Amino acid sequence: MKTLKKIYSKVYLFLGIILVTAMSCERGLSDEVEFATYPTTPEIFSDGFVGGLDYFPFSGSFAEAFSVGTEVTYSGSASMRFDIPVFGVGYGGATFPSTGPRDLSEYDALTFWAKASQGADINEIGFGINGDTNNKFQVTMQNLPLTTQWRKYVIAIPDASKLTEEKGMFWYAEGAASATEEGGYTFWIDELKFEKLGTIAQPKPSILGGVDVNQQTFTDSNIVLDGLTQTFNLGSGANQTVSIAPSYFTFTSSNVDVAQVSELGVVSVVGSGTATITASIAGVAASGSLTLESSGALATAPVPTLPAADVISIFSNAYTDVPIDFFNANWGGSTTQTTDVQSNGDDIKYYTTNNFVGIGFENPTIDASSMTHLHLDIYTDDIISGNFEIQIRDRGANGVIDSDGNGNPTVDDRDLRFNVTALPQGQWTSVDIPLTGGLATQKNNLALLVFVGGVPNFYIDNVYFYR
Amino acid sequence: MMNKTNKYEVRMKSLLFSSFLLASFFAILSCTDDEKQIVANFQDLVMSDEFNTDGALDPTIWNHEIGTGVNGWGNNELQYYTDRQENVVVQNGILIITAKEEDFNGSSYTSARITTKGLFEQAYGRFEARIKLPYGQGIWPAFWLLGSDCDQVGWPQCGEIDIMEFRGQEPTTIHGTVHGPGYSAVGGITKSYTLENDRFDTGFHVFGIEWTPEYINYYVDDVLYNQITPADVTGEWVFNKPFYIIINLAVGGTFVGSPNSETTYPQNMLVDYVRVYKNN
Repeated sequence: MKTLKKIYSKVYLFLGIILVTAMSCERGLSDEVEFATYPTTPEIFSDGFVGGLDYFPFSGSFAEAFSVGTEVTYSGSASMRFDIPVFGVGYGGATFPSTGPRDLSEYDALTFWAKASQGADINEIGFGINGDTNNKFQVTMQNLPLTTQWRKYVIAIPDASKLTEEKGMFWYAEGAASATEEGGYTFWIDELKFEKLGTIAQPKPSILGGVDVNQQTFTDSNIVLDGLTQTFNLGSGANQTVSIAPSYFTFTSSNVDVAQVSELGVVSVVGSGTATITASIAGVAASGSLTLESSGALATAPVPTLPAADVISIFSNAYTDVPIDFFNANWGGSTTQTTDVQSNGDDIKYYTTNNFVGIGFENPTIDASSMTHLHLDIYTDDIISGNFEIQIRDRGANGVIDSDGNGNPTVDDRDLRFNVTALPQGQWTSVDIPLTGGLATQKNNLALLVFVGGVPNFYIDNVYFYR
Repeated sequence: MMNKTNKYEVRMKSLLFSSFLLASFFAILSCTDDEKQIVANFQDLVMSDEFNTDGALDPTIWNHEIGTGVNGWGNNELQYYTDRQENVVVQNGILIITAKEEDFNGSSYTSARITTKGLFEQAYGRFEARIKLPYGQGIWPAFWLLGSDCDQVGWPQCGEIDIMEFRGQEPTTIHGTVHGPGYSAVGGITKSYTLENDRFDTGFHVFGIEWTPEYINYYVDDVLYNQITPADVTGEWVFNKPFYIIINLAVGGTFVGSPNSETTYPQNMLVDYVRVYKNN
């Protein structure tokens, strides 16, 4: 009996210990917990895709441009082969996203070996094109020079701490833009991977191409910061500059009551006064800045009074506009930006850093046979310098715009070129252009308006043909 | 009899085996990844400047060389050396030598060149400095020694030991050299050392020599990268008398070439300390 009691008390004691132990077992984080992160796989292509990759050719590109080749390799059994078509057939361009995101934050560069069947410059090459994030961390190197010998190339990462969850491993775009540019050749890439070289240093980020820009503006204006680059000094001693997405930067406005700037580098003017927009990457201040002097709301443009029956309107709140293809043709060599601004409920087009820009309307063209003039209202704070030329182009009956190498009309095209010589600052000026000269007998297939030179920044409103 | 023999054999085998285990154990213990090469042996400090006093340099240790010397200090260097604090100053425990792009007395750049001539000169020993280098095309910092009899016998007879020279356009490589009669200028006896995954302008590195009558050892951080002996030089071995220290930052010159539009200014050479030990 004694023995039994002892056993029971032992059992109770044992159970008691278990109970106490169980109650004191808190489910908390221990010091050894590691939060789940994405794989850090650095290799992209060695003898095949590494770690799960997709191939997405860009729309409009020559999808057969890329293949895995085994005849020309830097090392191992295979390389990436790119066959760039001749001019007129298309261009080669694609992104190679990883199937799942990777953590690239410990690396400092994308590296690869490359050579080509002839000396050639790859138009654009880089990483960070990722449809899921709208290319949030895109990096573009322009005009990468390839030789006929294998050479190692480095594309530095602007700030690797941003790339903890990136799918955009590699992308390229290369094609002949004209018959004189290289096309119809092959290039190869091998040993494509991210690396921690340890020899990349001395960052010098830049916005607006490093320029301190001063600009007059109004509330409700939006300005997109461009010229975004990062420059590093490589281990070779050479400096390398790449174009980069705005999300690498931290943007700051000196006065958020005047202007605010989003994470994507879009500046919104919200009040009157002065504000300076600056930026930095990983604590290093970027060269370049934007100082805005906002006068508040834009002065109201004149209100048209002509009857609608006497007007063919391209852009005016007073009339119904005809279909317009574009307000900025984005021609190569054009530096012009176009934004939509509202002033007291009136829609206005704002052109900045203009050298030459086109407004196009070919769907359909405009038949101004019964019209006598082109009217537009222009506002600028700039002083006119040289000629501010407005061109009106008729494309003729053949259905296409014909121009020579200098932009002059050829074949059946005709145009009228009008010089605006006086454009007082700080007010709306109405410009009325008689449809004479080259258009006197041909103005039934008007297709294009072009603004050239004069003032870099101006607003236009009430653009219409009339009689 | 068989039993005894077997026992003996077994005991020998187990003894051998245990010895093998013990030896392996010690071998593993002594061959760790952390083991660094011993690059410097001399430990008796005879002179040091830790640069712990802000402002001007200690005049009991350092002279300033001023101007452009003869033909850009014999090298077509482009800078005018000054003793202004804009070009040479101690701040927060660091000596800062600054090359600036500015018009000054007919030159387009200013910088500094300091020496221990007449103040500290020693034959043999360990000369060491911890330095963070500048970078860029045409930027040429150096930590070196000249024979104290240059004024009497001229150069290269007086001898020159370059502990560290650097071309700013090659940020991962430094050079250690001796110059003497029969092996001077481009004929100097030289060897370079390149960092594999690092560069010299992003952090401090230690540059030094250990110099005895028999050899001059060159080291960077914990790597001994060269030894020069009298047999290696193509002329008279002149490294048997006192030498003094020079530290300078040149812009342009025959060793490095001119700066270009990519070179940015100011460029700083940061020296944490200079230490000299005697040969023993």
